[in-house]
Amino acid sequence: MAKVELRDIRKTYNAEEIIKGVSLDIENEEFVVFVGPSGCGKSTLLRMIAGLEEISGGDLMIDGARVNDLEPAKRGLAMVFQSYALYPHMNVYRNMEFGLKLAGMPEAERRQKITDVARTLQLDAYLKHKPGQLSGGQRQRVAIGRAIVRNPKVFLFDEPLSNLDAALRGQMRVELATLHRRLKATTIYVTHDQVEAMTMADKIVVLQKGVVEQVGSPLELYHHPRNLFVARFIGSPPMNFLPVTTRSIDPEGVTVARDRGESLLVPVLPGETASAEALTLGVRPEHIVIDPEGDVHGTIRMVERLGALTLLHVTLADDTLLIVQTDGDHGGEIDRPIRLRLQADNCHLFDARGIALTKLTRHRLAR
Amino acid sequence: MEAALTPPDRVTRKKGAGIFLSPAVIILLIWSLIPLVLTLWYSFQNYNLVDPTLKGFAGVSNYVYLLTDPDFLYSLLNTVLLVLGVLVVSVGGGVLLAVLYDQEFWGRGIARVLVISPFFVMPTVSALLWKNLMLHPIYGVYSAFMRAVGLQPIDWLAQYPMQTVMMIVAWEWLPFAVLILLTAVQSLDHEQKEAARMDGAGPIARFRYIILPHLSRAITVVVMIETIYLLTVFAEISVTTSGGPGVASTNLAFLIFSRALQQFDIGGASAGGVVAIVIANIIAAFLVRAVARNLEA
Repeated sequence: MAKVELRDIRKTYNAEEIIKGVSLDIENEEFVVFVGPSGCGKSTLLRMIAGLEEISGGDLMIDGARVNDLEPAKRGLAMVFQSYALYPHMNVYRNMEFGLKLAGMPEAERRQKITDVARTLQLDAYLKHKPGQLSGGQRQRVAIGRAIVRNPKVFLFDEPLSNLDAALRGQMRVELATLHRRLKATTIYVTHDQVEAMTMADKIVVLQKGVVEQVGSPLELYHHPRNLFVARFIGSPPMNFLPVTTRSIDPEGVTVARDRGESLLVPVLPGETASAEALTLGVRPEHIVIDPEGDVHGTIRMVERLGALTLLHVTLADDTLLIVQTDGDHGGEIDRPIRLRLQADNCHLFDARGIALTKLTRHRLAR
Repeated sequence: MEAALTPPDRVTRKKGAGIFLSPAVIILLIWSLIPLVLTLWYSFQNYNLVDPTLKGFAGVSNYVYLLTDPDFLYSLLNTVLLVLGVLVVSVGGGVLLAVLYDQEFWGRGIARVLVISPFFVMPTVSALLWKNLMLHPIYGVYSAFMRAVGLQPIDWLAQYPMQTVMMIVAWEWLPFAVLILLTAVQSLDHEQKEAARMDGAGPIARFRYIILPHLSRAITVVVMIETIYLLTVFAEISVTTSGGPGVASTNLAFLIFSRALQQFDIGGASAGGVVAIVIANIIAAFLVRAVARNLEA
């Protein structure tokens, strides 16, 4: 299998830079997910790796060899498209055979490979079917099968699950993860869905406007976001943000407070933070506790009951909105006052530029 | 579902609708049936405009005379040649041009308008343009080019009348094929082409295995529609060669015209008309079946 290296990759469209110098190492057998809002350049970056888009600058290396100018088929990659892009006039067998045939593989070998792959993907009963006769999930499998038979060094997935319904998406997510564990192929996967990113990735690359915001394991991004953008993007429901000012800086952390009282000691390194500086406090919905003694006073504005969990939308006196996650049995009612406590150890502080202050302790699961 | 959508007073509505529809239906019936019946009737009559004494039931003699006439066989062959020749040129050229015009290039919008424009020129006009402006052996543009490089211009309409008519008709129908096929090419999912690229298909393999199969439906539609019109090509022949020299460029439509309005043999022309109807229906039956099969998939 293969190692993919991106060295200051750039893409310019009509004098506008879409990808602004991306450098990245993708290790052998790694499952890397590119995630970001639409228009962040994640698909463009994938298509550049695939060879479908020209690379305007920088080097793309696969197994140490520069492949910028190689034809897509010569790079040893296989891609699964968002629309599956199956050939509608060919049956499942011919769809999977097409690439092998063009590569000049002998008939017997082709047959053997396709039957093997079809069996592992439970497609053996459908080999004679045309794509139009298959369900969405089956088409998805054929698209994956077409990628697998070519035995590529790297798999590329371009939002492959976005056309499936929620239940099937969950199932395919598990299947893809299992498949990756079995095939041990280097995989690059593009999605805008952070759940897919969190559940499948060994390494997540968060992109925004053609720039890599952070690279790391899912829990590293979750517990140690490097900046406001990553903090906001990873996690659902999203992190809450409160404007605060620094009160004091101690070895144990930085003490901050909101306008009216309620100071909080957050265990982070102060960095260049000065006293009385305006910072942003970030706290995830599950790190806000309902506490009759709590020093944050608010009013419940909305209750979203998810069964196992309940999400309370709470507004504070200054109209700041906080989303609080509590257990499914919580009997919160709209327009009732509520008192909350922020778990200081799990809070994040961001400076004026939106960069996170380093935490004093690493989360034990965030490698 | 269907039952729920049907209004309860369907039967009464149908009766009323029948009354109000009847004028249209009756006019249409008269329009199409009377000519057909009259043609059939004339085809069994001795009826010649230059000889009013010739009258009465002719039996099948009009048909025997027509079918044994070498001109008829020749015109039938010309009809087939014209249809096939124009189909090959317009569909073949149409596919290539459609793929070409699908590419990005400078001035594509203007080029597209230009490639479509022959379709808007009426057949008589384009035949005249080709005959006098382009191919005329003395003052045609083509002839001027030939002489400019010191070559003797060919008198196309005199020496290769059928091929020249074919060329003119193909020039008229190529835009239609391009128009239909271009929209078909553009409807091809671009991810499919990219998937084929990832599979290692070069431009030729992509054309052969992805684009051409995708175009098959559109090609069938073009073939069907063009065949219907090409069976009855008349204006171009009438304007350029008048079916000549001899019957070298006479097709079935022109043969019938010449029987009826040049030789004034209404009976013989009607027999020709009936034969043309039979042939057109046979071809239509095959075409419709082929098209139906292709459109199903």
